[in-house]
Amino acid sequence: MAAFRSNIFMLAFFLCGFSVFVTGDVQTNQMNVAETVFIDNVPTTETDASPPSVTEQSQTAEEKRLWEGTEVGTNLADGASDNKVDHVHDTMQATDAPPSPPAKDQTQRFAFDERIWEATNVEINLVEDAPPIRDKEADEADHVLDTMQTQDFPPPSTAKDQFQEELVIKPLHSGDIYASFQFRTQWDTDFLLGSKVSHYRLFPKSLGQVISKFSVRELHISFTQGYWRTMQWGQPFLPSPPGAELWVWFQDTVTDVDLAWKELTNVLSGIFCASLNFIDSTNTVQPSASFKPLGVGNVTDQRFLRYAVLPREIVCTENLTPWKKLLPCGSKAGLAVLMKSEKLFHSSFHSQALHIRPVCKDWQCKSTSWELRQTLNVVFDLHTSGQGKREWSLFKMFSRTLTEACPLASSSKVYVDITDNPQGELFELSPATPLVSQAVVLGDGRTYSVYDLTDHATFGQTHSLNVLLRWRAAESGEMLRPLLHGERYVAGYGLQTGEIHTLVYNNHPYRAFPVLLLDTVPWYLRLYIHTLTVTSKGRDNKPSYIHYQPSKDRLQPHLLEMLIQLPPNSVTEVTVQFERALLKWTEYTPDPNHGFYVGSSVISALVPSVVAMDTNNTQERPLFSSFFPCKEESTYFMRIYTEPLLVNLPTPDFSMPYNVICLTCTVVAVGYGSLYNLLTRTFQVEEPSQGLAKRLANIIRRLRGVPLLT
Amino acid sequence: KRNQCYFKRSLNVVCTSRFWFNYRHVANTLSVYRSVKRLGIPDSHIVLMLADDMACNHRNPKPATVFSHKNMELNVYGDDVEVDYRGYEVTVENFLRVLTGRLPPSTPRSKRLLSDDRSNILIYLTGHGGNGFLKFQDSEEISNVELADAFEQMWTKRRYNELLFIIDTCQGASMYERFYSPNIMALASSQVGEDSLSHQPDLAIGVHLMDRYTFYLLEFLEDIHPSSTTNMKDLFKVCPKSQCVSTPGHRTDLFLRDPGSVLITDFFGSVRKVEITTDTINLTAPMVHLEDTRPVRELRTEIQTYMDQLPVAEIIHQKPKQKDWHPPDGFILGLWTLILLVFFKTYGIKHLKHIF
Repeated sequence: MAAFRSNIFMLAFFLCGFSVFVTGDVQTNQMNVAETVFIDNVPTTETDASPPSVTEQSQTAEEKRLWEGTEVGTNLADGASDNKVDHVHDTMQATDAPPSPPAKDQTQRFAFDERIWEATNVEINLVEDAPPIRDKEADEADHVLDTMQTQDFPPPSTAKDQFQEELVIKPLHSGDIYASFQFRTQWDTDFLLGSKVSHYRLFPKSLGQVISKFSVRELHISFTQGYWRTMQWGQPFLPSPPGAELWVWFQDTVTDVDLAWKELTNVLSGIFCASLNFIDSTNTVQPSASFKPLGVGNVTDQRFLRYAVLPREIVCTENLTPWKKLLPCGSKAGLAVLMKSEKLFHSSFHSQALHIRPVCKDWQCKSTSWELRQTLNVVFDLHTSGQGKREWSLFKMFSRTLTEACPLASSSKVYVDITDNPQGELFELSPATPLVSQAVVLGDGRTYSVYDLTDHATFGQTHSLNVLLRWRAAESGEMLRPLLHGERYVAGYGLQTGEIHTLVYNNHPYRAFPVLLLDTVPWYLRLYIHTLTVTSKGRDNKPSYIHYQPSKDRLQPHLLEMLIQLPPNSVTEVTVQFERALLKWTEYTPDPNHGFYVGSSVISALVPSVVAMDTNNTQERPLFSSFFPCKEESTYFMRIYTEPLLVNLPTPDFSMPYNVICLTCTVVAVGYGSLYNLLTRTFQVEEPSQGLAKRLANIIRRLRGVPLLT
Repeated sequence: KRNQCYFKRSLNVVCTSRFWFNYRHVANTLSVYRSVKRLGIPDSHIVLMLADDMACNHRNPKPATVFSHKNMELNVYGDDVEVDYRGYEVTVENFLRVLTGRLPPSTPRSKRLLSDDRSNILIYLTGHGGNGFLKFQDSEEISNVELADAFEQMWTKRRYNELLFIIDTCQGASMYERFYSPNIMALASSQVGEDSLSHQPDLAIGVHLMDRYTFYLLEFLEDIHPSSTTNMKDLFKVCPKSQCVSTPGHRTDLFLRDPGSVLITDFFGSVRKVEITTDTINLTAPMVHLEDTRPVRELRTEIQTYMDQLPVAEIIHQKPKQKDWHPPDGFILGLWTLILLVFFKTYGIKHLKHIF
């Protein structure tokens, strides 16, 4: 007996040991996967510490002017009771007081205005007097001006708000028109140091309270209707996936990130009238390498990041209205008057987004301020509303024209992309504008015609601006293929299994570059991760980094992140098979036959640029070219989204006739069937059954083919 | 007896039908929403639930609009609509939670019915229904008993002063039959056994634009202005059988006041009294900026930088997280050798035949 027991123990020990060895082996394998390193991309940090240049000084000076302009309304009381002026203000006036002779029209005018305390007129006058837009041509003149201004104004260090607005119109090669609004509110306050803020000027209070209550470090939210067609339209300035996307970086003081995230989504759903409260643990992920913070900051621990996509979210007027209300001028003045929902939603693509992040306050980047960027991107279809005629104007697009800039804005500009149209042979732009600006956007140098709305001359005799584009040629030239492009689809048939294919195109003729692919798949598609293959040019392409987090039923989705090096001029195909789960009947949506959505894959890439990128991130640039910080001159960062997937799950028939038939059949089968059985069947006495030993013996005899025992 | 105090008005407007062919239910709901907003109830006091998105539906030839009339004059969707519950959020559970106030603590104010014992509440429901039930989203239903119990709970929790219940659905009268809480007045578009019919087929969008009862109700409400003296008795006369085809019903036995003395604007409008004073008021304390009065903090010495968006080298060298501590393989091998040695030392080789 004792021997038998020890025998069993022995066996158990062996099994344990064996399993331990196996797990050890698996782990070493994982290490091997992450070993291969073949990219020599070392992050450089010294670029930001570049010496101060004159243009930056001028920026701060300009900011100061704006600050004083906008402060006028609120400081009325200060003017009345002179002894209660805060000392910061005092120092600034002191520096103003000896107005040195050159440049000076402005400073004098300004000092004068400051004493008069006239409300908004001051602001408008000031903006009128501001130097024109910085062009490459006007650079020298600016330099002179800047150097002179820097003598007068030391960089101010007090709180001030700033607002800029901008509209870029880009005729696309497909004949469509791409209009991109960007509004930037900058708020010089620092919750990070724990100060309590109760006064809001240009920054919306509802968002400011959200940031401070939930200790948000960065917040990015977008609502999109339609899919951005990269192959027809090129790259957007700011990418966004169809539906709603939300990703948030919390500060490292937050203890329960999941709770804060849940409450934050609820609050945001109230602010934006969206169903963001559907974001829960089943569609939230914590990416391990994607979605680095876009603002300044030195610490990144991915524990404080949350990312979620709702691909099915509808976007309509009720989302646009609260979004517009966050602007300092609302939709009453400035570029926002163009936002009429009947027109904006009558388009091929509509995307509105909001990005909050800390940015550098000045060129030294010793302190930060909050930046709120509101963007709205629309693509208007030529054929649905143009009746085949290629002619576009602001009025046709938005059924409004521009009459004024937002009085609170420090800059308000309309850019029209004329890169493909240097001599006006492709289309004609009226009214003509003398201002031309060049910017590096998405790795390419572009040329823009600029309309400065803060300048009264822009509006001309009619006091309204209606930019008109009239095509000369019927066909616009061929578009360069976008360097990076992604596609995704579901393959397979039937309702049991399937295969997700993701195609990533590198169209660069001779350069390879790395991309980071992020896939979130809901739990009801069970990924077979062992079937994951990555092939490019017919050969296996081994990812240099793989992070996979398996799903848990009804708790968390799959998360798959891969760093792949794309060979030049190639298509890289990522495939993975999946099985469709059967849901519980209460888990089906009210319209289950529509299918279930799987959010877009996110492809983040460092794409080689055609022209040298500007690595100085604190320099003043047009808004559309200054969103993603740039670290290297030769590459630029880009993010693209693939199509969302619509997958059919095995769905029971919920319809009433079906259920009635099922019920009737059950009643007939059980009730009538058993009665009929009882009535018609004959009953016989059966012999007693054989013993267990005999039955076993018979099974063996049957296998051997020997006559059975009776 | 009513005193001069200000009665809050809250409103819950619900459309329970999904799919494009139920366009008319959304139009019904939005036109009631528009009327009460015109009469002065702010968005913060309205909970609007729309089960599907008709305005930005791909089948809508004019996106971001919902029309209630064929001549397309009145866009009831408007430019300033605030939909609080939409799409899949419109469920029986959420509807009952809004009524009874049993919502999770982090629910935003716009999604709550902020009412108390001095609030007059108007509840308007439209959708597909039958005898004793109303379908939600074509997949679940609320019964008249559940609804009556919810109202009783509201009354017990002092969530309303007076309640006006309007329902536009087939056999609508069956929905208010079971009510038993005080101060409820109820109207329905049809009697038990009758269908509610639609109105205004539109060939351009291929569906009906409105239901008959709500169409005439809207026509009636368009003539109401904040100071009108029309009372509930006039509301009962809306849409006689000649217009509606069905027979609208009403129930007033639970209501304590005489319907003839109840103004329409008690439920549909919100009039705020403004008193104008001619006295001068001195605002002595000026606004002080907190940030400005405090001494300027010393600047941080460290220079902050923007993150590298795709730090390739860093990502590759990122170590996979070890879930828990694991003893080294050599240790485990050694341990097993020791165990085996001790075992054989104890039992000797001759016992092996008992083991294997």
